Amino acid sequence: METLPPFRVATPATIAEAVAAAQESRAARFIAGGTDLMVNLRHGIGAPDVLIDLRGIVDLHGVWTDLAGTTVGAAVTLAELAGDAALAARYPAVAEAAAAVGAPAHREAGTVGGNLCLDTRCVFYNRSAWWREANGFCLKHQGSVCHVAPTGTRCHAAFSGDLAPALLVHDATVEIAGPQGLRRQALDALYAEDGAAHLRLAPGEFLTRVILPADSARSAYAKARARAAIDFPLAGVAVALRAEAGRVAALRVAITGTNARPLLLAGTEALLGAAVDVDAAWLERLGKLVQKQVQPMRTTLLAAQYRRRVAAALAQRLAATLAGAASQAHAA
Amino acid sequence: MQDTQGTPEVRVFRLNGRPHAALVADHVLLLDYLREQAGLTGTKRGCDGGECGACTVLIDGRPRLACLTRAQECAGHDVETIEGIGAPGRMSALQRAFHERLGTQCGYCTPGMVMAAEALLRRDPDPDEAAIRAALGGNLCRCTGYVKIIEAVHDAVGTPR
Repeated sequence: METLPPFRVATPATIAEAVAAAQESRAARFIAGGTDLMVNLRHGIGAPDVLIDLRGIVDLHGVWTDLAGTTVGAAVTLAELAGDAALAARYPAVAEAAAAVGAPAHREAGTVGGNLCLDTRCVFYNRSAWWREANGFCLKHQGSVCHVAPTGTRCHAAFSGDLAPALLVHDATVEIAGPQGLRRQALDALYAEDGAAHLRLAPGEFLTRVILPADSARSAYAKARARAAIDFPLAGVAVALRAEAGRVAALRVAITGTNARPLLLAGTEALLGAAVDVDAAWLERLGKLVQKQVQPMRTTLLAAQYRRRVAAALAQRLAATLAGAASQAHAA
Repeated sequence: MQDTQGTPEVRVFRLNGRPHAALVADHVLLLDYLREQAGLTGTKRGCDGGECGACTVLIDGRPRLACLTRAQECAGHDVETIEGIGAPGRMSALQRAFHERLGTQCGYCTPGMVMAAEALLRRDPDPDEAAIRAALGGNLCRCTGYVKIIEAVHDAVGTPR
């Protein structure tokens, strides 16, 4: 692979220093673990003059819990998150998703903020500079045509982070630092359905924290991929389900790997109120909702239709398991 | 700001247990530094893109990929490579297990395998097979079919680190 282009690394110790460092250069990039960004830089995607390493900022570390919920620093590593037993007990899908990222060495380096801000991926994009040049580049970077959908006008590269769907089903909020100070918004509002501009972050903004409200729903995450480690998701699904008096009282489903953004499934309220020992018809309705809303394109080596079906199957499997556990608890 | 790009600076860290001063620019990868400047060629360049584990080293005892890590970010930390495991003519228990169980064939993935397994055994001295497989999940081998590697790590369980 190509060597890295020359750049300087800034190591701010505070959020304010990081914001100031970003304002010194228009070509600066934030970095934490770098497990994805370093590969892209070596592929000639972007040429920052400064990388601002956020990991030295104390305020971006730590996981804390109180009655209102749990706050996770953006620089917490995926290995730390996956190994946090208290977090796994409260938000199982989050710990499961963290453990499903890459392989152990990626999780030791990769961070919560980095995984949420992961660049979108495509077989025409995650390639060496000479490969992309020989192919006329693409709409996402340096080119004008999307090779996945040449007649379209937008980039279809797929969001492939594992954490986002798990955090979405637990209704996470993110805290963002930037030149205007700190702001908070729903995690769902961080993303847009555009593979070339999927993050709604203004220049100089970066994630500082993720806030999870206290949640009595049980959750789980499942990921389809070619190998059991290293690979990005062909489809990843998180489901959170809460039962009350033997009925499904809350159901949230979120999907990664199929769209340019992590997708929070709409229309799940139509599935509420069913007896918690859900039947095949209920699961069929859930599967149809997923199949209708996911938009996998030919961005991976496996067929888009497979990813559509596997996303639905994973959602059904997780929902059936969570409902089954709730049903047993109700009977007991 | 521009003129500081690519300028080497002195970074101090521990390398295989000894204090080490590296004169290295910010954009130099740890893999390149180890192999080209420090002369430690045991750390292998495999896929060179974070997908094969051949360049696995330990930073503060945790497995990391040297092809995705900058030498600059090691400042103040404890870096261990395969050269720090065992000694010439005296294999560590883990290395001996790889040798005796035929866990190494062409040998290219072996340094990364040993480092990933070393990290596992320091964290969990008594891993079951599932834990061994999970810890080596990021290390690809095209020769052995993995069975002998898993057996080797299993054999090394319970031996002094």
